[in-house]
Amino acid sequence: MAEFLRNYISPDWLAYAIAAFIQAFLLVNLVAVGALVFIWLERKVSGRIQDRLGPTRVGGKFGWLQTLADGIKLVTKEDLMPAGADGMLFKLAPYVSFCASYAAYLALPLANDWVSARLNVAVFFIIAVLGLEVFGVILAGYASASKWSLFGAMREAAQVVSYEVPLGMCVVVPVLIAGTMDLVTIGQMQSGLFINWFVFHDPFTFITFWVYFTCATASVNRAPFDLAEAESELVAGFHTEYSGLRWSIFFMAEYGSMFAVSGLAAILFFGGWNGPFPITHWLGLADSSNPLAHYVANFLGMVNMMGKCIFGVTFMMWVRWTLPRLRIDQVMTTCLKYCTPIAAVAFLGAVLWTYAFPGGLLIPTNYGPVREGQMLLEPYPPTAYNEAPPSGIAQASTTHERGERGTD
Amino acid sequence: MEPINWHSVFFMLFSLVACGFSLAVVLTSNIVRMAFYLVIALAATSGLFFLAGADFVGAMQIMIYVGGTLVLLIFGVMLTAKGPFINMKTAAGEWILATIVGGSLFVVLLSAATNVPSWQALDERPAEAQVTATRLGMALMGARVDALEEADPVTRRGLSGYLLPFEIVSVHLLVVLIGAAYLARPKKRARGSADSL
Repeated sequence: MAEFLRNYISPDWLAYAIAAFIQAFLLVNLVAVGALVFIWLERKVSGRIQDRLGPTRVGGKFGWLQTLADGIKLVTKEDLMPAGADGMLFKLAPYVSFCASYAAYLALPLANDWVSARLNVAVFFIIAVLGLEVFGVILAGYASASKWSLFGAMREAAQVVSYEVPLGMCVVVPVLIAGTMDLVTIGQMQSGLFINWFVFHDPFTFITFWVYFTCATASVNRAPFDLAEAESELVAGFHTEYSGLRWSIFFMAEYGSMFAVSGLAAILFFGGWNGPFPITHWLGLADSSNPLAHYVANFLGMVNMMGKCIFGVTFMMWVRWTLPRLRIDQVMTTCLKYCTPIAAVAFLGAVLWTYAFPGGLLIPTNYGPVREGQMLLEPYPPTAYNEAPPSGIAQASTTHERGERGTD
Repeated sequence: MEPINWHSVFFMLFSLVACGFSLAVVLTSNIVRMAFYLVIALAATSGLFFLAGADFVGAMQIMIYVGGTLVLLIFGVMLTAKGPFINMKTAAGEWILATIVGGSLFVVLLSAATNVPSWQALDERPAEAQVTATRLGMALMGARVDALEEADPVTRRGLSGYLLPFEIVSVHLLVVLIGAAYLARPKKRARGSADSL
């Protein structure tokens, strides 16, 4: 987009600044509007699960504008700060959480060509940045000068630090199959029919997905792992002392990271922006040179991606309103005795499976436009796939031989 | 109008943030604020890595230093503090000692950094191809990709990958973990049941 703007706006720095601003603005809107919609959705889902109707009055038939009304109520609330609190940290903590959650969107592709920063190590970046969200929670708990808050923060810290281990192990499995940590390439490799999705690659990836989703739910601090804000034990946990907009920024961060981990799951396991059937390819939209057709293909891809993310978030809500909260020892048991060993076994199994059946078991899966052997050593960013295969293929094969000899 | 070198602008920005908050770490007396400043300084350093095109190292910096180390630091602070919002009082003698040690290290590093010829005029050198993490990852698994570019066969044999050192380090860490768990476990009483009777 920066290149496009450069043609029309004379000083380069202005063009780049405008391009950066537009992207940042779009992403902030994605997080904020997403939170608005999800809070409404959460009320509806929880209501239906508990045999209620949920919001019905505000803004028409389904209570569409309920969250907006909530927002206005929050803005008009008094902004309280405990007398004994550490003022600077208390005020900054929500923004730390939000920044961490927001930064994950920088590397999350929404469609084939729609990603604000295409990183070579996007998976790793997202996991690392999402792990920082806990820092805001700890700061909030400490700076509030309240015992409830401190307890909540300590629980959150213990939980997130433990769950990063199985989460990382689960994420490694699709990365291993794809041979890259670049989310765009991982998404491209799963194009075609839905059998190309990594979740159907082998039984181990199928297991891995469920472990990933459990760990992701725990790492974004959602029920049944919401010990940091356990209402029945800790009043409200780490955000006991918060009110008004600061409180809502914490929730924006929470819904933002729920969406981000769902998006990561969608790309790593469920084909990302590729629908179950490659309709845009059949219609010739994705491969067309016409920019409008390309735009439509990207837009449909984004709709696909959004649908998968929203499904993931709804799934988390369903889990939240169905299962009771775990005790802290049960949380640790789930992580260390179940998730970690299962993830480790699935990782080993996926390694052996790709070694034993390199082309898939029954149906020879053709992973998108990335050719075998090419992906490992491709110069980054990959030059257009439609061009003649680069010399990387020959290089890759010799390296494999060398690698095998080297390990002997 | 002179085109702005954005690379330099962001380099200055990130390094200013890193330096400023590192100073704040030293000057503040509140430990948790110190940790917060340290987070910002380390995050700005990872920004410098991203700016240099080393995405992997940048993400690693966030993951390990900003995430892991600081969570541990805060654990330490929270579990050892006797009261809320402890302040560290620094005596004048400690200030002098710290200034001497830190200042001499700074002088050594500064002279070393300014003496590297290839670091002196970064702007004029052409941008190199982006370095990916693939080579590093393959080297950790025992396959050195850069060996292909090495002409001399004797040197090439030396480039044998990092699998063995990697495994040694892993086993070492495992031993440390088991040792820590062994030391931290509750001590068994010799005749527990007899005592309770």
